[in-house]
Amino acid sequence: MISALRPLTRIGHWIATPVLPESYLELINPLLGAGLRGRIERLVRESDRAVSLEIRPNHQWQGARPGQYVRLGIDVDGVRHWRCYSVSSAKAGRNDTFTITVNAIDGGQVSTWLNCNAQVGMVVMLDQAAGDFVLPQGELPKLLFVTAGSGITPVMGMLRAMAASGQMADVVHLHYSPDDAHNLFAEERRGLSLAHGWKTLDQLTRSRGDQHFSAAQLDALCPDWAERLAYACGPAALMDATAAHWQQAGLADQLKQENFRPVLKTVAAGAGGEVRFWNSERVAEGAGDKPLLEVAEQAGLMPKHGCRMGICQGCLVTLKEGQVRDLTSGEVFGESGDMVRICVCAAAGNVTLEL
Amino acid sequence: MTAAMKIDSSLIEKARARRLPVDLTDAQVQQFGAEIEAVRKKIMDSLGENDARYIRRMIKVQRALEVGGRGLLFAGILPPAWLAGTAMLGVAKILENMEIGHNVIHGQWDWMRDPQIHSSTWEWDNVCPSDQWQHSHNYMHHKWTNVVGMDRDVGYGILRMSEKQPWHPAHLAQPVTNAMLATFFQWGVALHDVEFERVRTGEKSVKEAWGQLKHIGKKVRKQVVKDYVLFPLLAGPFFLPVLTGNITANLIRNLWAYMIIFCGHFPDGVEDFLPEDVENEDKAHWYLRQLLGSANISGGKLMHIMSGNLSHQMEHHLFPDMPSNRYAEASAEVQAICKKYGLPYNSKPLHRQFGSVLRKVMRLSLPNGKPKAELATA
Repeated sequence: MISALRPLTRIGHWIATPVLPESYLELINPLLGAGLRGRIERLVRESDRAVSLEIRPNHQWQGARPGQYVRLGIDVDGVRHWRCYSVSSAKAGRNDTFTITVNAIDGGQVSTWLNCNAQVGMVVMLDQAAGDFVLPQGELPKLLFVTAGSGITPVMGMLRAMAASGQMADVVHLHYSPDDAHNLFAEERRGLSLAHGWKTLDQLTRSRGDQHFSAAQLDALCPDWAERLAYACGPAALMDATAAHWQQAGLADQLKQENFRPVLKTVAAGAGGEVRFWNSERVAEGAGDKPLLEVAEQAGLMPKHGCRMGICQGCLVTLKEGQVRDLTSGEVFGESGDMVRICVCAAAGNVTLEL
Repeated sequence: MTAAMKIDSSLIEKARARRLPVDLTDAQVQQFGAEIEAVRKKIMDSLGENDARYIRRMIKVQRALEVGGRGLLFAGILPPAWLAGTAMLGVAKILENMEIGHNVIHGQWDWMRDPQIHSSTWEWDNVCPSDQWQHSHNYMHHKWTNVVGMDRDVGYGILRMSEKQPWHPAHLAQPVTNAMLATFFQWGVALHDVEFERVRTGEKSVKEAWGQLKHIGKKVRKQVVKDYVLFPLLAGPFFLPVLTGNITANLIRNLWAYMIIFCGHFPDGVEDFLPEDVENEDKAHWYLRQLLGSANISGGKLMHIMSGNLSHQMEHHLFPDMPSNRYAEASAEVQAICKKYGLPYNSKPLHRQFGSVLRKVMRLSLPNGKPKAELATA
């Protein structure tokens, strides 16, 4: 089948040049456009600040394992933003739809936008699933899940998958949320626990005054925690606390963590940072007012460039990590994957460039 | 060709005294620059969903026109279908090259962070590879606009378009050369960045030029196979109408693009410069030179879209990476600033601008008569 189509695909490329055949197919159906993308098929409001999106990916989707995440690209005010969201559905195979659950974060541009504006029929950009926050293959060991807030989503995927496949497992789930209204999937999880004999321990930290995660609390609620393979997902405080606890017990390899929100250090106005050139494996000091092109040249690199005044796009380089300062406007910006004009951008904190 | 790129040395002295032909103090030029910068900032800060929708819709319309045009040409044995198909394909190619391709390659839409509509990935429907265009156009032409000897768009190395370029008897053939350039414009554009005149003088290595030619060759092969082999073959017995339709559509695009582009920098009233004029040039003077070195075409919305908004050539040269749909808005503010500083704002209908371009092509095919440049600034 595939090999029979190959000559057709080749002709397609020749007649569509200089663009791709997908650029024309997109006119018929946006899902046929270039790259992995998906269409929102269903919306479920989980709380006043969380919404689940059921997405039908196009033929390029290779499937996800429960617990993995996908990168979702959406346009907010005309600008493409990418964010990672865990798959929360039991199924996410090649031919399945899959679901992500988006919790609106204070000041979170994308999560807030999706909560307010996502609609059935909308097409979103996707990346293939990634992450090793997944259940082991084969027979399952005793499990402990420690989650807080929207950190429930990857675990929800795993719980649903275990339930759907009828896999027997000894599960303890410790989940923190502020109150009942924001306790995601509470009812469904209670039902699953009853059906499968799992132990669900919901802690309502605001409405009921339950405590946040601590070693003592864990000992009290789940005395055999050290015998379990543990999965933790939640805000930075929970990540730090669980990592420290398992580390101290010498059981670091029994704890798996999933952390989405990178810690963005705020950079002092005008400050530069260390500049890493990824491909050439070099490092240089980049002053906050020195164009990265000059930093690269002084580090012995010869980046392609043109006007050196920010008008010709001849020096675009992909930003891998960190942020840059546009010296013409003073604006600090940048997300991983952005193309930046190194002739007019300086380091704003530590940056890594694909150079 | 080499001669055309050199500078008539007798003019250098005069230029030194003259610098930019405006009656402004340095402080006023700085103030002018700050006001232009403010126009840029205001518009760039307001870019959003409407702009994104504009370019996406433009791309959709262009692709639909192209599919429609090529479809009609398959029935091109019927004259009305041939005419309509050819016209649609010609318009599609014009839109792709001008309002979409040229502007995307300038990075006008990079802010959307959509890899499909990005200066680093866009390849246009034209025999010139985008990356070479980015060098010859975005950098050489836009940074050194109308600086004789630096901006190779001043006559493209084959025409004498400035009195500052020394005359050579070969320029007598200029009216013919000009017509040839217009007809084969995309080929001229494709070979532009090879800089044959610099290869001949040894400034540029043959190896480098050969590398560029091979790169152009690859693009040419794809373009030629598509328009002149594959689509005619797909039409089976109607091979010929499809072939002639495609040739005509490319010709329409060539002539139109040539005309619009020549109206950008060669009409009467547009200044050209010498390298001495731009020594240690700061941003404010750069803005001023862009303004003086460009001309607009006045007209309606259709004129703006079909010219890829190069009808706003002055705004395009002030703000090459501003999305083209916003030039009209910028134009009102730039005009007001020009008025305030007593600067010329050169905007005329197409027939007047192009008429003066053709007169210049004729006039400069002969040696300089009276030094008109001096009269104009006296």
